[in-house]
Amino acid sequence: MAQIMLWEAIQRAHDEEMARDPLVICMGEDIGVAGGTYKATKGLYEKYGPLRVMDTPISEGGFTGLAIGASFLGVRPVVEIMSVNFAWLAMDQMFNSAAKIRYMSGGQLEAPCVFRSAGGAAHQLGAQHSARMEKVFMGIAGLRVVTPSNPKQAYGLLKSAIRSNDPVFINEHELMYNMKGEVPDSEYFHPLEGSDIARSGTDVTLFGYNISVHWCLKAAEILDKQYGISAEVIDLYSLSPLDRAGIKQSVSKTHRAVIAEEDEAPVGVGAEIIAIINEECFFELDAAPVRVHSALVPQPYNHTLEKAAIPDHEDVVKAVLKLFGKA
Amino acid sequence: MKIEDKKRVLREMVLHRRFEERCYQAYIERKIGGFLHLYPGQEACCNGVMEAARPGHDYVITGYRDHVHAIKCGSDPKEVMAELYGKETGSSKGRGGSMHIFDAAHRFMGGYALVGGPFPLAAGIAKAIQLKGGDEIAICFLGDAANNQGVFHETLNMAALWNLPVLFVCENNRYGIGTSIERSTAVVHQHKRVAAYNIEASECDGQDVEVVYEHARKAVDHVRSGKGPYFLELMTYRYRGHSMSDSRGYRTREEEELWKQRDPIFILRDRLIAAGELTMEAYEALEKETDAYIENEVIKFSEESPEPRVEDLEKYVLADRASQQQWLTGQAA
Ligand SMILES: Cc1ncc(C[n+]2csc(CCOP(=O)(O)OP(=O)(O)O)c2C)c(N)n1
Ligand SMILES: [Mg+2]
Repeated sequence: MAQIMLWEAIQRAHDEEMARDPLVICMGEDIGVAGGTYKATKGLYEKYGPLRVMDTPISEGGFTGLAIGASFLGVRPVVEIMSVNFAWLAMDQMFNSAAKIRYMSGGQLEAPCVFRSAGGAAHQLGAQHSARMEKVFMGIAGLRVVTPSNPKQAYGLLKSAIRSNDPVFINEHELMYNMKGEVPDSEYFHPLEGSDIARSGTDVTLFGYNISVHWCLKAAEILDKQYGISAEVIDLYSLSPLDRAGIKQSVSKTHRAVIAEEDEAPVGVGAEIIAIINEECFFELDAAPVRVHSALVPQPYNHTLEKAAIPDHEDVVKAVLKLFGKA
Repeated sequence: MKIEDKKRVLREMVLHRRFEERCYQAYIERKIGGFLHLYPGQEACCNGVMEAARPGHDYVITGYRDHVHAIKCGSDPKEVMAELYGKETGSSKGRGGSMHIFDAAHRFMGGYALVGGPFPLAAGIAKAIQLKGGDEIAICFLGDAANNQGVFHETLNMAALWNLPVLFVCENNRYGIGTSIERSTAVVHQHKRVAAYNIEASECDGQDVEVVYEHARKAVDHVRSGKGPYFLELMTYRYRGHSMSDSRGYRTREEEELWKQRDPIFILRDRLIAAGELTMEAYEALEKETDAYIENEVIKFSEESPEPRVEDLEKYVLADRASQQQWLTGQAA
């Protein structure tokens, strides 16, 4: 197994799929000649040419719709939306066309499209470039939502997303493209549904996805070493559908749950997981589940305010200690 | 342009240039964070248009490359720099950053980060002017690549349909980040796209501030006299990368050199020298004075200003509760 960066893992998945199937194409702003803002499509333009690696105009609504239209005829487009903040402009097509086409055509048409986008708060990018929007995509029937926390997932989820006959939104994180991790040398398809146990434990379950998996892992380490609390970390790489069985199984074992999300709390991932816990295993709980989340503010530019708005592993530790009456 | 105005504009353009170059340095020193988009090379666009308009009276809106537009509208450079430093004394109280300079008092309606976003906002501002019956106009400065957003066309249609007092200024610097206009846009000359909407449009050299001024005067007069929207395309160039992380691999150094031969500041400077209105020594002194002002006042102010308080994190999210009491609770305060 090779250690590669997350952007390289995405690039490799594109490359393998494009080499295999001439109907796999990719498009987005500055993805071709420039190789992509995060290098996720580096070298593909040179290899597959402008018909299949399309530098688009700044027309998110337009090119997303165009990709969806092409997918009706069996083309498999991978659309990069440079930043998830710009996805608002493409959501009409994603939600009204891609997500609904199978249903409203009574199963005649489908939109096997992949939308990839960088989300999350990077450093001081301000209110219009720092959104976490996974909760917006999660509530849409007909759309799958996955979010990688490491290079192996980034590679395997994109591979499966391209093969899948459903539209898939892949939520990446601006700060994670250079993260290194092991990716199998041979072809690998990560399941689009389910969850991974990133660390097993017995006293409390920490639910994370994408970047917050890393806060949870770090918190689990501290809880173990300094407080003798054994935390299980569940990596929810699939946000839609959420893994009900996996959530139930872990909470039934640990009887306590903390959900860490970079997004704001209202109508969010944490709210949804707590609802699932209530529905699946309420009587297993020893304490009310807790959410760790951002402040409900447009992201401030100022560095100190930004840090105050966004949670990290320390907030996860604090939440767990509070749950155990130790803080 | 009157000779006194030309001299003043030269001073202003030197300030705009040196201000931006100082931002570059401050970014390297990590005093400024986030995205930083600089204006050098394009100074004649903002200056030429705003000389023909009424800064502080007319409403101006633009994208993320916004520092110079704010200063030209009357913003104190100290407050703009303090914003980039994320300070409480900044234009947007440290909440906005480089891409979001706002100065309502000077009718600078802001910098926006989403490409194309300001188009309909400008038309809306023009709608408000129309309703209120003032003699102001709305001026929307955006780049060439922004015209590929659908909302550009939607806005042009409405602006023409409703005869709104809005001037669209397209600063055509030939690139949207790393994609050249030929590779992103079926029509290179943007004013041609506007013809379909029955909107008056023209194109001119964006490097010579006097040329821009002459064209802008016509455009501003047109809009202010109630004849409806106008689209002015200025052919220009940005010297630096799109933002700080851009190594400019998509264009040649020769191309950059060619454009630097037509530097907006030097064009005006050399014209003033040829006319006997300026000496090279005086120009060099002006540069030094400007740098000293930026260092001793602008940077000093920004360095010494306080940060916003963490307790105020949620300030400005919604209107102050006390003022809204009756509407929030159904009961008078
Ligand atoms: C909706 C949206 N899509 C993409 C981007 C990323 N982006 C920022 S600036 C830019 C290029 C814009 O070029 P242009 O309009 O010509 O303005 P210039 O930067 O050249 O002044 C792009 C693609 C964005 N900020 N917003
Ligand atoms: Mg441009």
